[in-house]
Order: sequence, then structure tokens, then C-alpha cells
Amino acid sequence: MIRINCPYCGERDHSEFSYGGDGSITYPALDASAEEWLEAVFQRENIRGVQTETWHHVSGCRQWLLVERDTMTHEIHSVHAAHEGIAKVLEAGK
Amino acid sequence: MSASRLPAGGRIDRDQPIEFHWDNRKLKGFKGDTLASALMANGESILGRSFKYHRPRGIMSAGVEESGAIVTVGRGNRRDPNVKATTQEIFNGLQAKGQNAWPNVRTDLGSVNGLFSRFFSAGFYYKTFMGIPPMEWGKGTGIWMQYEKLIRKAAGMGVASREPDPDIYDHGHMFCDVLVVGSGPAGLAAAVAAAEGGLDVVLVEQDFEIGGDYLNQSSTEAERKRSSQISALKKLGARVMTRTTAFGLYDYGVAGLLERVTDHVAVPAVEIPRQRFLTLRTKHTILATGALERSVAFGNNDLPGIMTAAAANSYVNRFAVQAGQRIIVATNNDSAYSPALNLARTGADVTVLDSRTSLPDNILGLLDTKGVSHRAGTTALNAVGKKGIASLELASGDDGQWAAGDSLTCDLLLVSGGWSPVVNLLSHRGVKPVWDKDNLCFVAPIFDEPIQMAGSANAIWGTSDCEASGNAAGVAAVAAVKGTGMNNVTSAPGAGGWETPIAPLYEVRVDNKKTKCFIDPQHDVTADDVRLAHQEGFVSVEHLKRYTTLGMATDQGKMGNIIGLALMAEAMGREIPEVGTTTFRPPYTPISLGALTGRGKGAHFKPLRRTPMHDWNLAAGATMTDAGLWQRPWYFARQGETITEAYIRETITTRETVGLVDVTSLGKIAIQGPDATEFINSVYSNAFAKLPIGKARYGIMLRDDGIVMDDGTSWRLSETDYFMTTTTAHAAKVMVFLEELLQTRWPHLQVHVTSVSEQWAGSAVAGPKSRAVLEACVADPASVANEALPFMGVIETSLSNGVPCRIARISFSGEMAYEMYVPSDYSESMMDLLWSAAQSFDGCLYGTETLGALRIEKGHVTGVELDGRATIDDAGLGKMASDQKSYIGSALRSRPDLLRTDRPQLVGIFPKDKTEKFKAGSVLCSENKVEGHGDGWITAVTHSPTLGHWIGLGYINGGYDQWSGQTVVAADPVRTGNTNVEIVSPHMVDPSGERMRG
Repeated sequence: MIRINCPYCGERDHSEFSYGGDGSITYPALDASAEEWLEAVFQRENIRGVQTETWHHVSGCRQWLLVERDTMTHEIHSVHAAHEGIAKVLEAGK
Repeated sequence: MSASRLPAGGRIDRDQPIEFHWDNRKLKGFKGDTLASALMANGESILGRSFKYHRPRGIMSAGVEESGAIVTVGRGNRRDPNVKATTQEIFNGLQAKGQNAWPNVRTDLGSVNGLFSRFFSAGFYYKTFMGIPPMEWGKGTGIWMQYEKLIRKAAGMGVASREPDPDIYDHGHMFCDVLVVGSGPAGLAAAVAAAEGGLDVVLVEQDFEIGGDYLNQSSTEAERKRSSQISALKKLGARVMTRTTAFGLYDYGVAGLLERVTDHVAVPAVEIPRQRFLTLRTKHTILATGALERSVAFGNNDLPGIMTAAAANSYVNRFAVQAGQRIIVATNNDSAYSPALNLARTGADVTVLDSRTSLPDNILGLLDTKGVSHRAGTTALNAVGKKGIASLELASGDDGQWAAGDSLTCDLLLVSGGWSPVVNLLSHRGVKPVWDKDNLCFVAPIFDEPIQMAGSANAIWGTSDCEASGNAAGVAAVAAVKGTGMNNVTSAPGAGGWETPIAPLYEVRVDNKKTKCFIDPQHDVTADDVRLAHQEGFVSVEHLKRYTTLGMATDQGKMGNIIGLALMAEAMGREIPEVGTTTFRPPYTPISLGALTGRGKGAHFKPLRRTPMHDWNLAAGATMTDAGLWQRPWYFARQGETITEAYIRETITTRETVGLVDVTSLGKIAIQGPDATEFINSVYSNAFAKLPIGKARYGIMLRDDGIVMDDGTSWRLSETDYFMTTTTAHAAKVMVFLEELLQTRWPHLQVHVTSVSEQWAGSAVAGPKSRAVLEACVADPASVANEALPFMGVIETSLSNGVPCRIARISFSGEMAYEMYVPSDYSESMMDLLWSAAQSFDGCLYGTETLGALRIEKGHVTGVELDGRATIDDAGLGKMASDQKSYIGSALRSRPDLLRTDRPQLVGIFPKDKTEKFKAGSVLCSENKVEGHGDGWITAVTHSPTLGHWIGLGYINGGYDQWSGQTVVAADPVRTGNTNVEIVSPHMVDPSGERMRG
């Protein structure tokens, strides 16, 4: 069981969260080309090591998080709010 | 074996006699006995029959590693097979039976298998029954499957009950600073040190008594130490749990615990669970899990009357059972001398065989004074006896070169082949143990986990060394958790502690003598099987394990694995560390399926969602059905009506007058904020930018990849406030997606999304009289007039009883229809008003069956059509998608493959012969090629009261244009057979939509 330190709720079991996907993707503008969207939606690295991923605290605060997790060890290196503005406010308050 | 209960001593409570049943005979024991100790005290020696050869088996150990005394406990729906008699506590009325034997374990006709044992070597079944021509030619594994049934019957373990489990099991959650596993000298010391350091400690012990090896020691000093440690823990507030196994260690300090709450209780209270499955989260873990004594592979080493030396020591000291009178102890290390002396003290005739040639004089002198005879350079070669050991043929020699020697009579043989520290839990964390060549065992390496090994789990053999090791682990845990006090950490004693080094001894055999040496008695794996596996080319231990099934029985190799590895190493001409070890995985000991399931079964398997008008629906005569987690009205049958009669009546009534249906389960999302319009316009594929206030619109949203995600309506309540409805099935998914978009992709948008599904209860009012019904129910009838509330109009108003409501004139049924929502607490008063008005127009209530019939007639799609594969064009809604804007999915929607005109497209389906019916799930095939996946499929069918025959919706390659006018076969070969159908437009009733605008 992975434990995720949610910046809103504190450390919780991963069963409270649902995995989103690759957090390093920058989704193109809605009017971008099909090729750019193809790249963003389908092309994924299968990372062995630390990857940034999105998790949704779906049974908690409902916030989307950016989590740096090692796919080999499950070690979590950082957890931030995915929304930059909220992340800034939270981190300023620490 | 002539075991007997000693007149005094032990930890059993002689004031509490207990009666239990063994193979339908009534026997007596005492409180504090295990089933094994009680059976031994009653002189029972054959407790089981072996897996393949049906050899008689008796008690081999005194703990979880037991491989001989595997029994079935309980009966009827509480029959529990493969229970270790060595860990089962006895209680009044306990029912236990030997297993894998007929008629019973003492006289088992299956033992005839033993005569053919040379044929039953490793891989025998596979070699014999798989792939032998001509039986297998072209048959795949079909014949093997037949044989397998017979083999499973003949070979095997106990039989589980086929009845439902009557017991309850709980799941629980725990948190602590440090978890200590094991309550022996090391575990108790560790727990006390950690608790004294201010940590929140949980100590778990699989046994029913705290103390571990203290319990097997006869000295008053050991008992004094044990009880003072227990009271210290109590004083310090540590949580101490007996009958609790830490069966697995997982990431982030999560441990799985199984607490056996009532398995030792004759008549448990009904409200108490049988077992608890506990998830514990800890900052630090101390594994004081002890070590298990190994056997040695020699001839007939599985005979009843052969057990580990430590086991006999435990039986005599803890349970006051003398396991034999003429006892031979065969050892390769110092640990067996203490049991030998204990057994001699209680009156047995004891001879010690030590495979080592030189021993210190002080041990020899002690043996002399206690009358224990001793032979150096000697060991067990072959046990002789039919239903138990009667004599032992000896081997003598040195350095593994053994020669057959003389023979000694005996009734009990105790074996010590060395000790294996229990590193299983550490192995669960992915830490590979390393071979300690001095102590001949696998031990923990240096590893990077917040875990410490203490005591004999770290190959520390002496009791006081174990205590010191536990104390050091406890102090280190305090330092680790608190991040201070590192100076207090003392160095723990190192591994070892025997005066004379242990000598390797895994197998004893001599030339020209064939013996049957078991290394995994529970699966009847012999030393020869390991050599055969090597000879046949298996070199990896993981393959060896799977080919021979070594270590795959219920003990998971606790006793036999090391011998198997040693023999494999020998066969390969390598050292044990080069061969390596298999990986231990959870659970450490078996867990019942009931405990894993917990309360999550039957009605509790998934959450149940009821709408706020659930009781109202039931009172109105609804038969309910499951729709995902929801319970929704299915149909409202009148006296004597079948479901078909009911939904046909409800459909006709709705089309002729008016019908009401509970639509509360639809997802409802409040979308609010200055950028709400931009947001909603980017999410839906059709235009929303210019939706006026007071209007609703049907919307379809796509996924990023251009496939349809969901459909619903959105109502514009004000400049900045929308009310979105989703399908029942995708309500949660849509909400998650909207949150993802706002938080991760479009953080600049000022929009809040809030699920209000629980806050609003709704009813659809459909049919030509729907407006009249509303007029009778709202405070101001003029507010719902055609001009005030036109098609797709929205109003916020109140009911005649003052309850606020919001109404949109939208239609899923194809009739003039409205959806009306009120705050959930007022749902019943809304229904009372609506129903009273509807009855005055001869209206009806309807459920999901009629909902389906109405929408299929109209060709309106639901989740079965929008199945995660369909594009908006496939569903026939492509024209709705905007080409004036970009939206989620717009880029990838235009991929060439998604635009192919031969893709499956939504169509309506009529039977050729209008009297025939057909079923959803049928495959659509062209008339001359009824095979394979066909050209399409049927998603939904209903009897259409409007058209007077069965109709369906489905998908077919190329759609209506390609198939119109042709005969198509709705193939349903395994149910009702094939039906000829024709493909029509999906809009089967009122295609122009005049009725709903009406």
C-alpha cells in the first residue's frame, strides 16, 4: 500500500486516490493539430525510475495532485497540488 | 512412539479439562493444549496421510512449520481443511479429523500408491498424462483435463466445505510507531525498550500465549523474565495482540495482520467476528520472528515418531507431554543438547548422535552425569517401522562420507539439522537474504528499510543474546522514529552463539542402499526428485520449485526449502549461495478467504444507492432493479400483471396521456463562475457559447481521443450558473474529468464544479398531458404555459405547496416532457402532487423498462450504445458537433479511421416477420454469411406498443445506407436461435419530433 501525503489532507492510503496518468504531459490547445494531440494522448514513456504522475484524491478532498513516484520502488519524492495557483498558496502557508 | 502426559509441570491448566473429538472419538486434554499436544498425550501418533503416497504422518514440529499433522477442523459449513494441529488450540466440542485417507488415517487404502512410488516421481503426472500419443493427438490438453480430475481426487489435501461460510469477518485499520512481530525473548525486549522510549508500540504474536521460546523453557528465571516484561508493556500502554499473525509486509510500513478471534472458542458470541483482517501502518518494524529448526534428509525421515528436537522440548516443557521413552537425538549442532537433557530429566532413555566428531568436554560431562549416551561422528541413515519408528539404522563417518553402521531401537527420533531464521517478512519487502556460512542459514543482508531483525531471526542463538539484540533494536527504533537519541543505540550481539560450530548435514545416504528421503513431506517431494529435476535440466531454483512442487504446500517450504537448495547445489557442484533461494511472498501462513472478503459480500459487496423517493416508489407499487449502484423502479405492475404487460401498458399510457418516472439517479453538477460558459463550451462537442439564460441544451462530450464519453443536458440558470445532468452510469466519471480539466489543464478558468446529485431529486413528466399535470402542481400555472416554457425552456419556480423547484422542458421519451427537480428532502411531496395530478388524467408511473421502450422507439442512445467505442458519428449524432469551435476530442475525432463510412453505425432493427422477437446481444450477419463476428450487434430491444411488434437498436458496419432493404440475420446461436431482421432508421417512432415539441 502506497501512502500519499496529500497537501490538503495529510498522509493517506493510496486506496483513497485514483491514479490519473502521466503528469509530465502538457496538453495542447484545443485547436492544435491532430498530430500534437496524438502525441499528447497516446505517446507514453514507460519509465523505470522516477516519473511524474497525476493522482486524484477522489475519496478525500477531490484535488488533483502531481506526484513524483519511483516506479521501481514506489518511493514518492514529492506531492504538490496540480493547480499551480493553489500549490503556491499552500506552499506559502507552510 | 509411546507418548504420555507427565503427572505435573507444563503450562497447561489441569483444572480445566477439555473434551474434544478426533476422528469421531472423544478424547481429553487440558486448557492450554494444542490439538497436537493433546493428541500426543492421548497416544495418537498417525494424524494424517501424505499427499501422493498416502504414507502415515505424525507430528513433526510444534508450530506453523508443521508438515505432518495437517488435519480438518470443524464440520458442516464450518469445515476448515489443512489446519496445522500444532497451532490449533483445543476447546470443548472441537471436532477434528485426519485427512487424505479412507477409511481413516490409521488404515488408509490409498497407501497402495506407496508401492508404486517409483512411478510417482517429479513430473510424473505431466509426463504420463500429457502429450502421449495417440491419446493426445490434436486434442490439446483435453485429455489431461480429464485425468487431472482423477488425480486431484487421489492426491491432495483436505476438502473445504461447499456450503456458504456462516461466520463474519471484519476488516480493521491500525496505526503505530513501531510494530514488533514475535514475543519471544527478543521481541519482548524490543517492545519494552521501544515503549520505554515513548513510542506507540504494537506487539503481535501468532501463538495464543506471549513468550515465544520462553514458553519452551522450564526454568523459573525464564518465566519471571517473561511475566515482568509483559507487565512492563501493560504499564507502558503498548498494545499486545495474541493469536495475531503479521502475514505480510508492504510498502510504506504497511503490515497485514490476521487476528484469529474465535477459532479457539467453543461457542463464540454471535456479534464477534471469527477473524479480523487488520491493515496496520507503522513507522518502524522490528522482526523478532524467531527461527525454525530444520530436519535432515535420511531414509523414511517422515515416519510418525520423528520430529524436530525443539518440538519435543516444547511438548515436554510447555505441554507436559513426554513424546517418547526410548529417544534418539540426531544433530549437527549444539541446540539439540538442551532438549536431550530435558527429556532425560523427565525419565526418558536418551542417546545423542552428533554428526560432528569433536565436542567440548563440558557438554560430554553433563551428558554423562544425566545418563545420556552420546555417539560422535554418527547420524541417522534409515528409520525402520511400519506405522511409526521402531528402530534406526545409523551411519557413521566424517565430512559427508557416510558408511552404514549398526542399528538402535527407539520410539522417538529427534532431528536437528540446523536452524533457519524466519526472514520471510523481510523477503516480502524485496530484500534477498544472504547465506551465513558459519551458521548455515539465510540471514538478512544489510538493507535500507525501516526494519530491524532481532534475536534468532537474525541467527542469534542464546536467550540472553536475543534479549540484548531485542533491546538494541527497540532503542534503535526510538532513535529512528524520534530522530534523536542515536547515542543510546548500542551494538547488538552478532550472529551465532554455539560453542562448537555447526557442521553441514542435509542428506545422509550410503552407496548401495536405496532410501526414501523426504525434503518436503507435505508434498511428498524426495531428495531423488530434486536430483531428477537437475538431471532433466532444471537449473534455476524457481524452476526446481515448480517442477517438483518443493515448498509449494501449505507450509510454503518452511521446513524443507534449505535441504532442497542444498541438494540442488550439490547436484550442480555449486555452493548454496550460488544457487540462491526462492522468494518468500505473503502470506506467511494461510489466510482464510473469508478474512480477505471481510464484510464485503452479498448485499455489502458494493455500496447501495437509493433515491430519496425510494420508499415512495415502493409504496406506489414499484418493483425495483439495480442500475449500477442505484436501485431504480423497474416497473409498476398492477394486480396480476407480468413485467411485459406492465411496461407495455406504461408505454401506451405515457404516449397517450402522461407518465412519471424517478430520474434522481442522473448525475447533476453545478457549474458556476465567470468562465462557466467558456468551460462548458469547451467540454461539449456541440455549441453552448450562445445558450440563452433560461434555456437547456442536449450536449455530447467526447474524450480526448475523440470517442464519446457521455451525454446529458445543461441548463443555463444565470449568466454564471449552469446545471448539468449526466447519465446515471457516468456521473462520477464526468465529475472527475471536469475537475481534472479545471485543476490540471485550464487552471486559468474561474469555474467551480460541484456535484449536486444528492441535493436534487427529480421526476420526468412525459406525455401529451404533461403540461396539464405541471399546471396543476406549480404555484403559478401560467409559468409553464407553452409560451412561458417552450421546448428546451428552463424555469426556476415553486410548487403549489411552496417547495422550490426547477423545471426544464426536455424529452428522453419523445413525448412532450419535462424534468422537474426539487431539493431532495421534498421529493415525496413533489411526487404526491405530480401523482395526484397525473391520476386525474389517467396517467401512470413508470420504471426503467418503459424508459427503455420509449427511448428505443425514438432511437435515443444510452450507455449501451455509447459504449466507449462509438464516435459521435457512429451514434448518428455527428451533425450536432460544432465545426465553428474546438472542444475536447475535436482534434482526434477527425482521425481518418474514425471517419470511415464502413464503421459500425447506429441503426434501428425490425423483425422480417413482425410476429417474431429477437434478443439484445445478437450478432448481425449478412444473410449468406452467418459466422464469426458478423457485421454488427444488437444493443437493445423492446416490444414497441406504438408499432405493435419487437424493435431493436444496434450497430452495423456501414449503417442504414448499406443495409436498407436487405435481409439481415440476428444470430443468437446459443440462446434462442437466429431471426431474420431488416435494418431501418433508428428513429422508429415520430422521426420528425413533432410530439415532443407539441
